[in-house]
Amino acid sequence: MFHYTIRRLAMALPTLLLISLIIFLLLGLAPGDPMAQLPLTIPPEVKEKMRLSLGLGDPLLTRYALWLKQFFWIEPLHVTDALFGSNLSGESQRIVSWQSRAPVADIIAQRLPQTLWVVGVAYIVGIAIALPIGILSAYRQYSWFDQLGTLVSMIGFSVPTFFTGVVLIVLFSVGLNWFPSLYDTTLQVTDWQSFFAQLRQMVLPVMVLALYNASQISRFMRASVLDNLREDYVRTARAKGLTEKVVVLIHVLRNSMIPVVTVIGMGVPQIFGGAIITEQVFKVNGIGELLISSIQANDLPMVQTLTFIFAALIVLFNLITDILYGILDPRIRYD
Amino acid sequence: MTDALTQVTFTAHSSQYLDIWRQFRSHRGAMAGMVILGVIIFAVALGPYLWHVDPTEIAMRARNKGPSLAHPLGTDQLGRDMLARLMTGGRVSLTVGLMAMLLSLSLGTLIGVCAGYFRRLDGILMRITDLFLALPLLPLLLVTSMLFREPLARLLGPEAGTFLLIVVVIGLTSWMHAARLVRGEVLALKEREFVLAAHSIGTRRSKMILRHILPNVLSPILVSATLGIASAIITESSLSFLGLGFPPDFPTWGRLLYDAIDQIQLYPMRVMMPGIAISLTVLSVNYIGDGLRDAMDPRIRGRR
Repeated sequence: MFHYTIRRLAMALPTLLLISLIIFLLLGLAPGDPMAQLPLTIPPEVKEKMRLSLGLGDPLLTRYALWLKQFFWIEPLHVTDALFGSNLSGESQRIVSWQSRAPVADIIAQRLPQTLWVVGVAYIVGIAIALPIGILSAYRQYSWFDQLGTLVSMIGFSVPTFFTGVVLIVLFSVGLNWFPSLYDTTLQVTDWQSFFAQLRQMVLPVMVLALYNASQISRFMRASVLDNLREDYVRTARAKGLTEKVVVLIHVLRNSMIPVVTVIGMGVPQIFGGAIITEQVFKVNGIGELLISSIQANDLPMVQTLTFIFAALIVLFNLITDILYGILDPRIRYD
Repeated sequence: MTDALTQVTFTAHSSQYLDIWRQFRSHRGAMAGMVILGVIIFAVALGPYLWHVDPTEIAMRARNKGPSLAHPLGTDQLGRDMLARLMTGGRVSLTVGLMAMLLSLSLGTLIGVCAGYFRRLDGILMRITDLFLALPLLPLLLVTSMLFREPLARLLGPEAGTFLLIVVVIGLTSWMHAARLVRGEVLALKEREFVLAAHSIGTRRSKMILRHILPNVLSPILVSATLGIASAIITESSLSFLGLGFPPDFPTWGRLLYDAIDQIQLYPMRVMMPGIAISLTVLSVNYIGDGLRDAMDPRIRGRR
């Protein structure tokens, strides 16, 4: 297991490097001009100087090497400085957003809590809904509950999240006026009242994302429980005289969780991608909203860093789930 | 004698498809999906011939009208007829879905067959597939759309340029699952006796792939084709929804929804109509895919 982990880690590094190179080349070789948004009154020679000051005059590979050094060496130093009050980084040049002139890492650190709150809660709620539904619809296969669950989960992953969001806004904030349609990120939770206000504004985005996640996970859970219910050990357990509750909730559940755990793990980075749209609908100023606004403003350093972080998350969680799979299922041994 | 033989093989052949069709028909969701998708395709393909209103004609005096005889679904904030816009938008959305699916499937099948059939290519092709699976697709889609939209629009005109860009970009980022599926099937097929038999009579590689391998991987390809259309339609409408898809005067379902969001409090119906159209299409395509998968799986066929 240990050797496998080391091998996978060693494989992950070149993958990440290659991905960062792809992203960099895509951004660097694109025909678009980051100066295109500037007013036309700026004379061409000044524009040229601005290009040079942004480092656009250097060859592509130099820029790539510089970015690698900044991302993997200088930024971690700055983060440790901020955390422990040390002064390792000195005066080194950080990755700076073209839009706001602030270091990219600082802006991401500001935006991250909103995304983690909304998306993280939604993912947990989704899992909490999906597991019981999956178990019950497998246990009572082809019953009305199963049919209904199938229909709802089919709708859940067929209807795009931006439309679910819009429908919920029309129903609950325009029609019934129960929840606000916009997420107010300036809200500070200080007392019970502001805590409830925070809960209220979280309900709609969380519902949208939870429905989407739950519909996918519950399908996997149902299939996995169905597979396990047909196994011999279930018959043995019943023959021993164990109650149905013990058979299903302990024997079957534990075994059918194995593939579902990997699905849940692989889905973690994907919610950041799915959350881009939901954050846009409810105007949550999280990571996804940051990506969209920097794309629209041609803020290449920000776009590049964010895209690479998403890629790193995917690689990381693939690694975690693969290792977890080996730990959870003793039949699988990689060595 | 030969006549009788071909007769027998012919009926045996057709009854397999008949079996699949019978199983497919017993899947109620899939049949409902077929009907609904048929109606949508019919309306979108033939509708503009029956309803002669220009979807881009602006009429400032008839802004934000409700349903009436002249405009059965009302008009938008520039007085353009919603019915005509929905039909044209549907044409674009469905075509984008279909073309992107065709591109991604051809790419996926090509890579899958190559990886499964030629052992020397297997390692490198599968590493590339893994690499693509690790890419953050939606952010990359958005970035490429932002970077290449204007140069392509200048080159080919705004509509054709965006169309090409979106189809190619969706196709290039969604072939991985099909490739993996096809590779697995090909690996299993390669060990079968009929392939060995064909090999022993000296069938050439190209013939072997076209005649013996491809027809046998058709069923997983077909299933992933339906699911591919669904996800391509969603991706296109998401891009349009984020404002990075088609140009404003060029209606697609996602674009119509995006345009109507600003006035959602006053005219919620204008958001609902394209949204329902997208959702119904994707839902019925997914149900058809589900039914096809059940029907093509010989272990499930005959049960129930």
